[in-house]
Formats: sequence, structure tokens, C-alpha cells
Amino acid sequence: MSKDNSEYLIERYDNIYEVVIGLEVHAQVTSSSKLFSSASTKFGAEPNTQVSLVDAAFPGMLPVINEYCVKQAIKTGIGLRAKINKRSVFDRKNYFYADLPQGYQISQFKFPIVGEGTVILDMENGPKEVGIERLHLEQDAGKSIHDMDPQNTLVDLNRSGVALMEIVSKPDMRTPDEVSAYVKKLRSIMRYLGTCDGNMQEGSLRADVNISVRIKGSDVLGTRCEIKNVNSIKFMQMAIDYEANRQVDLIEEGKTIDQETRLFDTKKNETRSMRSKEDAHDYRYFPDPDLLPLEVTDEFIEKLKADIPELPDDKKKRFIDQFKVSPYEATILVSDIDTAKYFEEVVAKMGKNQDMKLAVNWITGELFAVLNNKNLEISQSPISAKNLAKLINLIKNGTISGKIAKTIFELMMDGDQDPQKIVEEKGLKQQSDPKALEALIDKIINDNREKAIEYKQGKEKLFGFFVGQAMKASSGKANPQLINEILKKKL
Amino acid sequence: MSDITSLSLTKLVKNIKEKKLSSEDVTKAFIARSEKSKELNSYITEDFSNAIDKAKKFDEKPNLNLKLPGIPVAVKDLFCTKDIRTTAGSKILENFIPTYESTVTQNIWDAGAILLGKLNCDEFAMGSSNETSFFGNVLNPIDKGLVPGGSSGGSAAAVSGQLTPITIGTDTGGSIRQPASFTGTVGLKPTYGSCSRYGIVAFASSLDQAGPMSQNVEDCALLQEVISSYDIKDSTSIDFKRNEYSKELTKNIKGKKIGIPKEYRVEGMPKEIEELWKKGIEYAKDCGAEIIDISLPHTSYALPAYYIVAPAEASSNLARYDGVKYGFRAKGENLIDMYEKTRSQGFGDEVQRRIMIGTYVLSSGYYDAYYLKAQKVRKLIKNDFDEAYKKVDAILTPSTPSSAFKIGEKKNDPVSMYLNDIFTVPVNLAGLPAISIPAGHDAAGHPLGLQIIGKAFKEQEILNLAYAMEDKISFKNKITDWWIK
Repeated sequence: MSKDNSEYLIERYDNIYEVVIGLEVHAQVTSSSKLFSSASTKFGAEPNTQVSLVDAAFPGMLPVINEYCVKQAIKTGIGLRAKINKRSVFDRKNYFYADLPQGYQISQFKFPIVGEGTVILDMENGPKEVGIERLHLEQDAGKSIHDMDPQNTLVDLNRSGVALMEIVSKPDMRTPDEVSAYVKKLRSIMRYLGTCDGNMQEGSLRADVNISVRIKGSDVLGTRCEIKNVNSIKFMQMAIDYEANRQVDLIEEGKTIDQETRLFDTKKNETRSMRSKEDAHDYRYFPDPDLLPLEVTDEFIEKLKADIPELPDDKKKRFIDQFKVSPYEATILVSDIDTAKYFEEVVAKMGKNQDMKLAVNWITGELFAVLNNKNLEISQSPISAKNLAKLINLIKNGTISGKIAKTIFELMMDGDQDPQKIVEEKGLKQQSDPKALEALIDKIINDNREKAIEYKQGKEKLFGFFVGQAMKASSGKANPQLINEILKKKL
Repeated sequence: MSDITSLSLTKLVKNIKEKKLSSEDVTKAFIARSEKSKELNSYITEDFSNAIDKAKKFDEKPNLNLKLPGIPVAVKDLFCTKDIRTTAGSKILENFIPTYESTVTQNIWDAGAILLGKLNCDEFAMGSSNETSFFGNVLNPIDKGLVPGGSSGGSAAAVSGQLTPITIGTDTGGSIRQPASFTGTVGLKPTYGSCSRYGIVAFASSLDQAGPMSQNVEDCALLQEVISSYDIKDSTSIDFKRNEYSKELTKNIKGKKIGIPKEYRVEGMPKEIEELWKKGIEYAKDCGAEIIDISLPHTSYALPAYYIVAPAEASSNLARYDGVKYGFRAKGENLIDMYEKTRSQGFGDEVQRRIMIGTYVLSSGYYDAYYLKAQKVRKLIKNDFDEAYKKVDAILTPSTPSSAFKIGEKKNDPVSMYLNDIFTVPVNLAGLPAISIPAGHDAAGHPLGLQIIGKAFKEQEILNLAYAMEDKISFKNKITDWWIK
């Protein structure tokens, strides 16, 4: 199907199709209270315990904008290198549903708070720009629960009124890998900014995926379908793969594609029609008369700009310059703010005699493997950056061998132990005294005279045998480099 | 006892402060008269026994520094009152008891007043005759067969019938001023943003404004002083310097320029109204005001624009009454069926009509032609006033194109009913303050009102004008207490 990793093309007979993808990401704003009320946004509370009179749309209740959420949206806009609109307007999106207490969602339609911007994806074959169309603030709805009671639908309004940022991309993506990279990058930027925790399991980040296909090389967009509410990157990729092929098949059969809203069935791995364009809701948008247009000053925006931390793209550049890591390594290290923090802390704790290569390898190798196995975030790492730095220094200054280091690493995980202490307690210090090692090797050669003769006659493989014996005799503590040197000399 | 109920608010306050009357005396007097006035159907919910308890409590430790010390007040049933049923005149909220208090009513209680009960009104304040209330129409104390006007009909009837010394209404397109005019009472619609909308059942958010209703201008000024406040719970509330309206009240209006808009001379306007207006102009002159002819060229578009904007907002504001969370719920086969049955049984005809109009004008394909155009008209109407106010301080017009009409007369003719708002709606569209004061009677002895429209935030100015003119007019309401047996 695809020619290489950078291209995702669908071939049918003589035709080669490319896939055009745009995303509408719904990101929950990190804020302790809701967009228009003071109710808590904490995840996982008992149903209907975090609901204010405004959230439940009691008569005469009025929305009051949460300034913190506005700041969060603007910060996100700055992170997306986007235009911040000094004047934006909240509109009502009208529709009836049991988990929408007001009978309308307060959203931004014509005048969003953030305009066009750009996200840079670090793809294997180089950077790729994805345009941002807009970012607007809106309320989340409550949750309808259909499977708890045989007769009734139950409604939980805890989520009702929680602030969301809807981030709309341009149709700039062409492959499922780009979609994955885009979502990860958005998530990364927002986590750096502290504007969205990016937790997909808790629904803090979900996306509607817009897909169309066209003959490769064409500059006309095909009819698109929107796949609603996909909540994991893996599912997005699966849905795109299914949907793109479905559309190509239709075209190949001479049929037309209906513009419609579809949903992705994760069990059957297929998309299904939810509603056609004709059945689309008429949301009857109009400016919310309970809220004045939202106006922010240049000063307000500048103040927020001053608060923006170093973002992934800049951090990556700095890591390459300052720490001399490769672009590939830098991308991995900055992809998550906590990884970047961890790395920088390790570097700081390593002191003067830093070994970046070792630091990168230990973090992205051993540590990532452990975290992966235990399903932990780096912020929950069983080994602190301080102790990992110590371990790396012990390797660097020859106190222990890399092999011993792995043993120590395992031991360190039990309560974040100090590697220095482990080395001392278990006597794992590397033997680097040449005289002692010479004596040890003399004894081995003496004990294995026949093998030594065979080696001298050309059976070079036996060299490994002697190294092994030396390591064994020293309980693994012998400095392997010295062993090699001495063995070569003596044999 | 009837002596007490005929006293103005200002006099009641004076008597209580001088300890000539207790809160209990006053409260019991108004309750007794209210009890005898059930035929008017002014109340939807009475809270009399609580009121007496509160009055007694007040008298035990009277705080006489308050602006409304121990004064009993009945309020329109559109204001949410904590633990007291609030219906908005609708079946859909027939049994709704709020757990919260509107800012405006809270301000009244904070000033020392005591709740008597909740007053009848058109359903969701949609109506000009109080005939759309689920709780039945209200009779005008002026004459049995007359409507009291609407939507604050219960409020107007209660003040003119002396069931409450003062009251508050809400005015979206004339709902305070028209019933005031129909009942020979004073009603002020403040500048949009003067009184908080928090806790008021919404009709059309960009137009709704609470305001005082009273027997005279002085009382009106005092009540406005109490209810107007900046409120962070209402994002459209405006933080401007509010006067002590009653203290600053003056009859000296010498040299004030009053505009007479030619466009308010509408076709088919009864001669009596024309004459009343002329008389009003003379009164104003007598007070030392200067009369200037002005033009408000877009006036004729105000009513159609209003009947697009108001229903549009209403259609969305009333979406929350869906049977899911509170209020009336009809049984349904499924969610949609439940919605349909709840809303068709829970809302009356007029409310349903406006929801349909509003839904239509906002729907895709019609939005630009109706809603957007109406908003443009609204801007033009506001510009008209801005232009006029370069030349004048206030504008004088009739409050309504007729005196109170008969019950049932316009019930089945919505357009004719809507036309009753012709002089009042431009003010709401422009967000300006306006007061209606009783200024004369028609041939049948039914009261007629004059409207004074002011500049934004200049409530003091129009209260002063009204105060001065009231003195010249010396209006006497012809009420015979016909309903008291």
C-alpha cells in the first residue's frame, strides 16, 4: 500500500490516491473551575457532585467567564504560533440533548479567540508544517449513561460546563503517521504550557477526524467525511486507514462520497454513518446575549507571552547546541516535558565530567524500558534523576563496568537507592589495579595451559574464554578493558 | 386599616421610622386587603404567614436606618425567590422552588423589606395583557372588564389596587411601562445593565430589565435606588455611578430640553392619546422645560425588529425547560417524545408561538435575512436616539397607543396585541431608561400614561422630569374598590 514511511498512498489499478486529513482536537483546559461557573473540574468524582446552578441551567442563572480559562487559551495560541484575536465572541450552539442542560452549548463560532497558527512535526524525513485554522473556547456537555439502568438513561453533569479548547487544523496531513505526530506534538506543547494535561484515557484530549481522498497530484479537495470523537491515536490511525480505503473503493466503483458524520467502531474496526448532511443539526448559532464580546488588551497578551516556558521546538534546538545530542535524540528527549526535565536534571547532577551519550542511552534505553514495563510516567520513575546521574558517573569514572551498572540499576529500583552505597555494600567496585589483575590472569593461564597453547596456535576464539574466566574469577568486577589488554600481552 | 394601604411608600417609611406604625401593622394591613382582593387574581403565590413572622421579627429589633424598614413587598413571579415557588406564570415551572435568590429581590430584602408573595404575570413575561398566564388573567382594579396590561400585570394591579405599597416588574418591550399606564401607576424601566438579571427567569436577555413600580415618582426613585446595583454575577451588569435617586430628586427642571419625536404620531392613534400628549407638552413647558421637535426616523422598524430579536433569544433561553432537570415533565416513549410532550403541554400558546418564530429566524438560510437584519435595525434605532440626544435631554411620548383594552379583546389577534408595544419597544432596543407616569384619563375614566425616555444612565434626569410633571398633572386614580365585597 504505502511506498515508504513518508508516503501513504492507496493504489487501485492505474490510480494512485492520496489521503487528505484535518483534525478537530478537543482539549480540556487545565483549570480548577469550569468555563462559566465556579464548580470543580476534578476528574472521577461521584456523579452530579460538581454541578453549579449555572451548569445545571437553573432559571435565571447566568454564565460568567473564567478569566483563567481565557489565559490558558491564549497561552495555547501563543504555543501554536497563532494570531491572538483581541476581540472574540461567544455564541450559542442550540440543540436538545439530555446531557446539555441549557439546550445550547456556549461556544465561539464566527470570532474565535485564536486564529491561524502552525505546528511543526518532526517526521523521520524532516520537519513538516501543519497549519492551524483556529482555536476556540467552548463548554463541554455532561455525560449520558445508557447502560446502567434497563429503562432509563442516567445523566452525570460533572463534566457539564468544563472548558474545552477546540483546535482545528488545516487539511495538511497526508498519512496516519503525521496524524499521530500531530496529536503528540499538540499534546506536548499543551503539557509544556500546562494548558491541557493531554490525558486521553480521561477524555482530556479527543479528536474529530476529517478525511477525504483524491488522485495524487490533484489540488482539488474531495468530499470529506468526519469521524466523530476518536479518543486514542491508535484508533485515529485505524479509522483513517479504514475510511480512506472505503472512500477509494466508492470512487473506484463509480459511486460518490456523501458528506456525512461517521463514527468509528473500535470493536469491528470500521466507520459507520451517524448522520448525513441532510440530517445535520441546524445549530442556530447566534451571539450569546448573556455574555459581552471578550476583549483583551495587548498588554494582557504580552504579559502571558512573558510567562511562556521554553517550548519543545526551542528546547530541541538548545539540547542539540548545548548538549551535543543528535536531532533524533533531542526529539525524543523533548517530546514530553517531564522527560526533558528529567534529562536536564540528570545532566545537572552529573557535574563537571558529563557524558551525554551515556545519559541519553541510559534514559532512553534502560529507564524507558522499565517505565514501559511498569506502565509508569517518567514523573513516577522509581529511580530519581539524581541517582541515575550518580550511576552514570560511576561508569564514567571507571568505578563500575557497564555490566555491573545494569545489576546496580536493578537494585536501585527498590526504593530509589543510592548506587554508590550499593557499590560499597555489595563490594561491586571494579578491579582496576593492573598488578592484581596480572596475578589473576597469570593464574588462569597457568590453570588452562592447553587452551593457552591452542590459542597461540591460532584458535583465536578462545580469547573470549579467557576473558570470561577472568570476569568469573573477579565476580564480574574486573575492568574489562584492562583484562583485554593484559590477556593480549600475556598470551 | 385601609388608611395604611392608601399611604405611599415614602409615607409608610416615614411612619415606621417615627414609630407611628410598626412593620406588623403595615404588613397585616396589606395582607388583609390582599385577602379581600382575590378576585383580582394578582397573586400566584402568597407568603402571608411568613411575612407576618418576619414583620414581628423586624419590630423586635427594628433597624430604622434601612431604606425599606419592615415594608411588605409583593414581587413579580419572574424573580427567583429562595424557598418560595417561582413559576414565571407557566405550567412548566408550576412547582419550581428555587434554592437561590435573585440579586434584585435580595437588594430589597437587604434594605429591610419583607416578601408578601409572588405576583401574576404573562407566561415567561410574553404578553401585553396578562392573559397568557397559566394561572389565569389578572383583573384591572380600574374596571372589572379591563386587562391590567402585561407582562407585569399582576404587579401593576397589586400596586394600583393597593395590595402592596410598591413592587418590581421586568420590562423587555414595555412590560413595566404599559401596565403602569393601564393602571394609573408609575413604572420605570432602567438603563440596560442598571439592575442585575441574576435570578430573573430570562425572556430575552439583551432586552430584559427589572424596574420599580409604584404609586408615585418619589416611591419609584426610592425603590430604584434600592434595586439598582453592579453585580459580577451578571456579565451585562454595568459598573456606573448610581445616584441616590430619592435624595437627589428635584422638581426643578428649568431649561431642560425635551424632544417630541414626530414619528410617534402613528396612524390610527386615538384622539385622546394625541390630546394627552399635547397636554403633557404643556405641563412640561409649565415646569420650565424647553420643547424641541425631533426625529427618530427608524421608529417604524422597531416593532418588527423587536419581534425578531426577542423571540430569537427566547427560543434559546427557554430550551432549558425540557423536563429533564426540574419543572414539569410529561411521560414519553423516548427522549424526543418526552421533550415534545413536555414542551407542548408545559408551554402555553403564546410562548410556543414565540419559540417557533425565534427558531425560524435563527435557522440557517434565514438568519441573515431576519436576525442579522434586525440587529442592524437595532443599531440604527440606537443611532437615532444618540443623534436626538445631541439636541435634547429627554424625550416625551405617550406610553401606549390606547388605554387598557377589554379582557379577551386582543387575545386571538397577536399582531394587534404586539402593536400595543409600539412606543415602548424602541427604548428596550436602545437599552435606554424610560418612565411611564399617569397623566390623564380617557372618556371612560381609564388612565393614560406619558413616557419620558432618558439618556443611558440618566435615571435621575427622567425621575426629576416625572416628579415635576407629576406635580402639575396631579393625577387621581379612579378606583372604586369594586372587587371588595
